[in-house]
Parts: sequence; C-alpha cells; structure tokens
Amino acid sequence: MSEGLYSMEAKDYDKTLDLKKIKPYGDTMNDGKVQMSFTLPVPCGAEAIEAAKQLIKKMGMENPSVVYYKELTPGFTFFNCYGSCTHTVNYESIYVPKVESNVMSMPDTDQYIREHFGRKIVIVGASTGTDAHTVGIDAIMNMKGYAGHYGLERYDMIEAYNLGSQVPNEEFIQKGLELHADALIISQTVTQKDVHIQNLTNFIELMEAEGLRDKMICCCGGARITHELAQELGFDAGFGMNTYADDVASFIVQEMDKRGMK
Amino acid sequence: MESKLGLDFKKVEYARGLAKGIATDVQSFVEQYTTVAVERTLCRLMGIDGVDANGVPLPNVVVDALKDKGVLQEGALFFLGNAMIATGLCPQEIAEKVATQELDITKVVTRDQRKIMEALQPVIDSSIERIRTRRQRREHYLDTIGEGPKPYLYIIVATGNIYEDVIQAQAGARQGADIIAVIRTTGQSLLDYVPYGATTEGFGGTFATQENFRIMRKALDEVGEEQGRYIRLCNYCSGLCMPEIAIMGAFEGLDVMLNDALYGILFRDINMQRTLVDQYMSRIINGFAGVIINTGEDNYLTTADAVEAAHTVLASDLINEQLAFMAGLPAEQMGLGHAFEMDPMLENGFLLELAQAQMTREIFPKATLKYMPPTKFMTGNIFRGHIQDALFNMIGIWTHQGIQLLGMPTEAIHTPFMSDRYLSIENAKYIFNNMHSIGEEMQFREGGICRKRAAEVLDKTIQLLEDITKEGLFTALEKGIFGDVKRPKNGGKGLQGVTMKGDNYLNPFVELMKGKR
Repeated sequence: MSEGLYSMEAKDYDKTLDLKKIKPYGDTMNDGKVQMSFTLPVPCGAEAIEAAKQLIKKMGMENPSVVYYKELTPGFTFFNCYGSCTHTVNYESIYVPKVESNVMSMPDTDQYIREHFGRKIVIVGASTGTDAHTVGIDAIMNMKGYAGHYGLERYDMIEAYNLGSQVPNEEFIQKGLELHADALIISQTVTQKDVHIQNLTNFIELMEAEGLRDKMICCCGGARITHELAQELGFDAGFGMNTYADDVASFIVQEMDKRGMK
Repeated sequence: MESKLGLDFKKVEYARGLAKGIATDVQSFVEQYTTVAVERTLCRLMGIDGVDANGVPLPNVVVDALKDKGVLQEGALFFLGNAMIATGLCPQEIAEKVATQELDITKVVTRDQRKIMEALQPVIDSSIERIRTRRQRREHYLDTIGEGPKPYLYIIVATGNIYEDVIQAQAGARQGADIIAVIRTTGQSLLDYVPYGATTEGFGGTFATQENFRIMRKALDEVGEEQGRYIRLCNYCSGLCMPEIAIMGAFEGLDVMLNDALYGILFRDINMQRTLVDQYMSRIINGFAGVIINTGEDNYLTTADAVEAAHTVLASDLINEQLAFMAGLPAEQMGLGHAFEMDPMLENGFLLELAQAQMTREIFPKATLKYMPPTKFMTGNIFRGHIQDALFNMIGIWTHQGIQLLGMPTEAIHTPFMSDRYLSIENAKYIFNNMHSIGEEMQFREGGICRKRAAEVLDKTIQLLEDITKEGLFTALEKGIFGDVKRPKNGGKGLQGVTMKGDNYLNPFVELMKGKR
C-alpha cells in the first residue's frame, strides 16, 4: 500500500466541530492528530520502524509517521510517532459521576460544622498498607496544606489526626474507633500492579466485617484515584488530581449532614 | 579555599563544632546498646546464612532464641563462641541445630573471653578478608577500566523482578548511567529480617536480598567491562535491618548505600534509639567496605517547605557528617544529601536553589554530595517535568555535585520506563557537556540574591544547631525539627529489639573495621 492512500491531504474531511463525533485536534478541526512514544522489544532497523507503523495503524490511526527512533539497548527500540486518529467519541452522551457537594472555603466549612453539628468533627487520615508515601495525606491534612489550600489541621472545627504512612488497615480502623472518627481518609501513592486497589478493597472489607462501614464516612485519594473508582470499591468519595483539603472537608461535612450524623 | 558565595568559614566551623557536640552526645548513648539487627549482623559475619524449614533466616533464628531466653544483652558472639568450643561445630552448623532445637546455645559451658576470642578468630579473619577482597576488586576495576566523570549519573530500577531489573540496569548503563540503584519493594524497611534468595515479586521495587545483590553485581560487572566503565550498585541500608544490609552489601560488592542516621526515624516511624544504634554499626561496615553512603536530607523538603526549611537540611547534613566520622567513615565516602525541591512557580527559585547547592558544596568540599531532583512539584505534565529536571541538571554541573540522582519526566506517574531513563540520561549528558565549565566562569555578585540566600541559610542553621545543642537530638526529634515530623523517644517500630550491652558482650568487629581499610 502506498503512503498516498493514507495522506491526510488526499482526504476530504469535514472541518466543522461535531460534539457527537469528536476526535483529537492538532491544528485543524478533525485532523485527529495524536503524538505517541513507546518502545518495542526489537532491534533497531527498517523492520522495527515498519512494526511501529503497523502498530499505530492497529491503534486506529491513519498516516503513521515515525519521526524519531533510537535503540535504547540491544533489542529495544524507542519511537516518537504521530498519527491521525480515525475513531470518534460522542461527547454529548458522556456521564461521569462526580463528588456531589458544594466546595466551601475553610471559614464556610467551619461555620457549616458549627451550625449543623455544634461540635468539632474528627477526621483521621493515613497512607495505609505498605505505601510509604506521605506526600498525599500531608497535602490534605498538614496545617500548611498544598498549593495555597490550607490543610484540615488548620480548620477550627476539625480535629484532624494524620497517622502518617505504612499504617496497617486494621490499626488505622482501630485508631479511628479510639478517636471517635467521623471520617476516615486514606491516601494511596504507589499504584504499581494495582496494589492500591487491593489495599483499598481490604480496608472496606474490614470496615464491613466490623460493622463500621455505615458509621463513618470513608474517602480515599491520590493522583491515580478517581471518584468513580472509589465508589466502585465501596468508598463514599474519591479525590484525584487537583483536589485539595477544601474539597475533602466540604464533602465530608455535607455527607454527614445528608446521613443525619450528629 | 575561597568561597564563591562569600561564606563566612568561621561560622561554618562553629556550626560544625555544634554538630560535633550533638553527635558526641548521641554516640555516648549508642555505645552502650546493641540491637537484634546488630546481633544478626554479627551472625552473618560469623558465616551464618540461609533459612530454616519455615523460611526464617538463620540469623533471626539464633538472635530470636537469645532474645526469648532474655540473654540478648550478652550478644550473639559470646554464645556462638562458647557453643563452638563446646560442640566443635562451625557457626552455620550451630545455627542449623538451633533451628531444629537440637541445641540450646544459652545452656553450653561458658569460657572466659580470651578462649572465646580464640575460637572465633579464624572465622572473624576470614570475614574481614572476604570484605577486603571485595573492596580490592572494586579498586582494581577503577584502576583498570575506570569510571564516569562526576557528577555520577544515578538512576533507579524498580520492576519488582530482579531479572527484569537486570535488563533495565544494563540498558541504563549502556546509555551512560554510573550508578544503578535497585529500589526496594515498598514495606521492606519495616521487615525485621532480610528475605532470602532471588525474588521476582515486589511492589514499587525489588526485595533487597543477598542473592539479588549478587545477581545485579554480576550483571553490572558484565556491562561495565563491555562499556569500559565501572558501574556502581546502590541499595538501601535503612529500615529495621540497616547493619545486616550493610554486611550483605560488603560481601557482595555494593558501592553505594542509602544510610541515613535519622531518615528511618522521620519517614518510617522507626524508633530513634533503634535507628541510632543500627546506623553506627552499619556505617562502620560501609566505611570499611569502601561504600559511599547517601543520606536522606533531600526528603525533608518533600514534607516541609523547601524555602523555609532549607536550614534543616544543612543542620542535618552536619549532624550526619559527625555521626559518620564517629563510625570511621572518611569524608569522600559521604554522599550527604540535599535537594532541588522549591515550587517551580517561585520567582528566582533557580537562584535560591543554585545558592544552596553551591553552599553545600563549599561546606562539604570533600564529600561525594548527593543531589536530588525535583519530585514534589512533578505534576504529570511530563514536558514541564523534563525542563524542571534540566534546570536541576544545570545546577548539578555548575556546583560540582558528586552524585546526580536523575529526575524522570514521568515522576509521580509510574516507576521509570526504559525510555524515561534514556530521556533523562540524554538530558543530563547534554547539559553536563554543554555547560561543563560554567562553575569556573561565573561568579556570584556581592550583595546579590545568591550570596544573601547562602548566608541566611547558614545563620538559621547555626540557630537551629544551638537549639538542638541545648536540648539534645532526641528531644529535638520529639519536637519535630526535621521535616515537620514529630517522633517520641519510646515510640515507633523496633524499640523492643534494643537492649543495653551486658558484662560478657563482645563485638571485635568495631575495632577491626572502624576507620580501617
């Protein structure tokens, strides 16, 4: 097959935006341009380049173009490539579950707690399981917070306990009971081989086995966590990238109110 | 040496003196104690290795037996020596019999210390010789095939499978890496034993085992010979098995070890008494084996603010240096840590980073400084991340760092792909070559941002060290001085493995190895 068959110029495509059929945008509407890089476990050479192009076509691209390649070590070749995506997505039919709460400021959340509960609420957090990273839980809980959003420790009406990292789920739940936690929040940073999913599932199973699942709000967070995933695993909410202490606190207090927790 | 930053070296010496006082105070505590990890290390030095029928490492079997009998304070060598005399068996055979409960080494006839030492001496000599031979092997390689220029390019492999790690490590070495660090599986630092044998399963890293060390050493020697450049192997002498990992590394020819005096306390909640006793023995071994230790101050700035808390890094570097000197470690083997961790949106952040890196270089002129790349503000925007790493690389070559931990554009997304390492090494090599002599060409303006920053950090460091001097390191740690992390003296993991040395206690390896080569 000649390259001409795959030339974009040869194709007369519709250049108007249709939200029922969106595809990637490079510099012209519906050009479908996608940038890719990957490594194939084969030595460098004409065959490797052809393999990369065929693979790109199988991914649903036209005009596969290998712009750079380099053998990283004998038997492994790295590629930078472009292609034009042939697939489209109906943007109008998309539904994504989101954390449904009004995000309030720290003073508003404090005020909300005073009005609705008349006491300080207790939030206990940790990076549980084998995860040794505290960066996530610290960003949410530490006084200082992250990116200009103060952490839960700074809230007047929240008693926040940050238990740090590598806390076993059993110990975490035990500590939550001792502290009369209203909410337990877990951060997960390491996600290799889905270790976070096993750990989060284990946590929910323990909560259910102890009959505690309905007594506390359970949230999880981390760069690779989505609200949808969290709900699938049995959490009340999940907080992914670009969410901060305000999001977490707002959700918890409103959810507590919704459930009639006092 | 004249300071390019106009640093007041009298102040530096004063700060160093304060740190020495703090370290001396700690040392007087450390020398009175031993731990289960130290005793297991001595078992390994006596040639005990392998596991029992339940997969428990034999050094644990022996030391647990002593602990259960309440005689750990007398130390493993006292009982092993007596058992050798009583049974005529070698330490390995004795350990095997302890495992099967055929022998209770706390029940054998005890002899005087001279007799015990006589029995132990041949085994001691052979272990010392084994370590020395390993060290000479490295030195021979450095004399013949040589090494890469500084800053050494340091990359990590972390597949969980030692055989896959080998492929990644060899690829990295071919691309130009000088040091390969095999990241440990998450959670290993809290195991109170070292797993045995080759391993192929791990999360976020690969188990540190003696067999895995051996497999990787062999792979790096192969690729080093092929590339005409010695490739160093790095692992983690931290957590609950610090000195044990040190001895395994010494036996298998590791070259670099993460080996901080305070890191485990702060970031793994390991009891401070335990870590401080363990770090001493592990550093004695690392010093003798010619291993470069890396300290973990860079991590303080991942939990505390990099602008406000910069002085805690310098204060900790100074304390770590003094504790290392007390374990006989020469300055050249100190990879004191510091980092490039300020918010990239900060105006003139680059200048502040540059000032601190130059300051660290001037305060520790002989140390093989370890410089850590940005991690906290890596966002998933791999393109900006690659530029942040480039800025970091510029400072590395500009200020003559010893070890450049290479940042990866995909930090905060996944453990590096083979191609991520390639891009990062290419980035560093390009900058190191293109800006090679910038440090010699450029000066820091008098009264300028960089000079002011360095002076400010030094002043705050002195203030902090004065405070720690007043209350002692243990109390300072309880108050959360480093990394905003507070740790109680009697809290954390591993305290039950600490004991005061008894009357019969002996550890001749301290004398044989400390400050020797």
